Amino acid sequence: MSVNVYIPTPFRHLVGNRANVKAEGGTVREVLGNLDAQFPGFNDQLLDGSGRLARHINVYVNQVEIENLQGEATPVKSGDEVAVIPALAGGAVMTPEMVDRYSRHLIMPQVGSAGQRKIIESSALIIGAGGLGSPVALYLALAGIGKIGIVDFDVVDRSNLQRQILHVTDSVGIPKVESAKQRLNAHNPNVEVVTHEEPITSDNAFRIIEQYDYVINGADNFATRYLVNDAAYLLKKPLIDGSILMFDGQATTYIPGKGCYRCLYPAPPPPGMVPSCAEAGVLGAMCATIGSIQATEVLKLILEVGEPLVNRLLLYDALSLEFRIVKVRRDPNCPLCGDNPTIHELIDYEQFCGAPIPHREAPFGG
Amino acid sequence: MALNVRVPQPLRNLTGGASTVQSTGGTLSDCVSALEASYPGIRDRLLDEGGEIRRFVNIFVNGDDVRFLSGLQTELKDGDEVSIVPAVAGG
Repeated sequence: MSVNVYIPTPFRHLVGNRANVKAEGGTVREVLGNLDAQFPGFNDQLLDGSGRLARHINVYVNQVEIENLQGEATPVKSGDEVAVIPALAGGAVMTPEMVDRYSRHLIMPQVGSAGQRKIIESSALIIGAGGLGSPVALYLALAGIGKIGIVDFDVVDRSNLQRQILHVTDSVGIPKVESAKQRLNAHNPNVEVVTHEEPITSDNAFRIIEQYDYVINGADNFATRYLVNDAAYLLKKPLIDGSILMFDGQATTYIPGKGCYRCLYPAPPPPGMVPSCAEAGVLGAMCATIGSIQATEVLKLILEVGEPLVNRLLLYDALSLEFRIVKVRRDPNCPLCGDNPTIHELIDYEQFCGAPIPHREAPFGG
Repeated sequence: MALNVRVPQPLRNLTGGASTVQSTGGTLSDCVSALEASYPGIRDRLLDEGGEIRRFVNIFVNGDDVRFLSGLQTELKDGDEVSIVPAVAGG
């Protein structure tokens, strides 16, 4: 009766640095005994003084926690998957509720207990609780990120409901940040949601952004996009950028020193040259595609896995259903992050863009 | 010199809705002229009054930003893909 046992990172040194080992036994208890016979010292990590599974260890059989089966007497058969997951291994404390909630993360070697704790200890600021901000906030909250900040001055409008999945019909008329907080905590009460019910401006951008590890741009206007780019760069925060219009989407990740929004787009279009979503429309489902990519980028950066979308601009054409990637380079002549920068503090972005930053009295910038 | 030009959503009213059009030209400048002949009005959307590429529009040749190549003088060869990518602010 041979089963596969997944070994999380903290225990791998006991089994020759392997993520998966074979073990024999007809029950979980026998499997654990067999592991100790194969790898002396293994059970010292799992059992408490009385020989029972320590309370911070959760054992899963085929992804079901054995407390929900028959405990250590849970029978196993050939080919079953057994996973041994420490709920508490230094750093952030994971409650049993969290171990259940995040089990699909915990069983992946690229995340595991250590990675999930990194997620729990991280914070992210989302600019705009709109089309992009909604899926980004939801997926980061579901993933268990410790703190999510949301900046939005606006109230929920019925026309938002076609795409902004943080808000529901009953939210119409209430501040978007409040609607967002309710929804996010309903999905995951472990997440601290901080609301910033104000437009982000040159006066408050540093104060808000400095409280977070990552910045996600879901703004709906150019002035805010240049402001957030400059502030994130000057505070040395990674900026995960996304934008959508009609059936087109773009996404990229800016790591300070490796290029910025100004390297890609040195100047904004004159007002009226590129339409906004309010003017030209956007297919609601586009938001999920680009927003989900932004959330994925944040999680990859936290986990330090894979290749981030740095120095690459992802272009999504929903009509032809094509994804393409073009190169983004740091511009040595960039006034912000180039070799001889001229921008050392936040500027007047309304003047730079020739258009006002939207605020409550003029939510579309007019 | 057959080139494939990727046209973004906001310019497709000029190309009859086409997302990809064929064009010609030994340099990017020639290519823009050829595009203008086929799709009148597109030049003004790409270039400013001084004839330079507008600063909120990026043109990529085979994925490389022409601002880091030779701008409008970037040489093109048969089969190259020219992508027009404007800044988009929707969120």
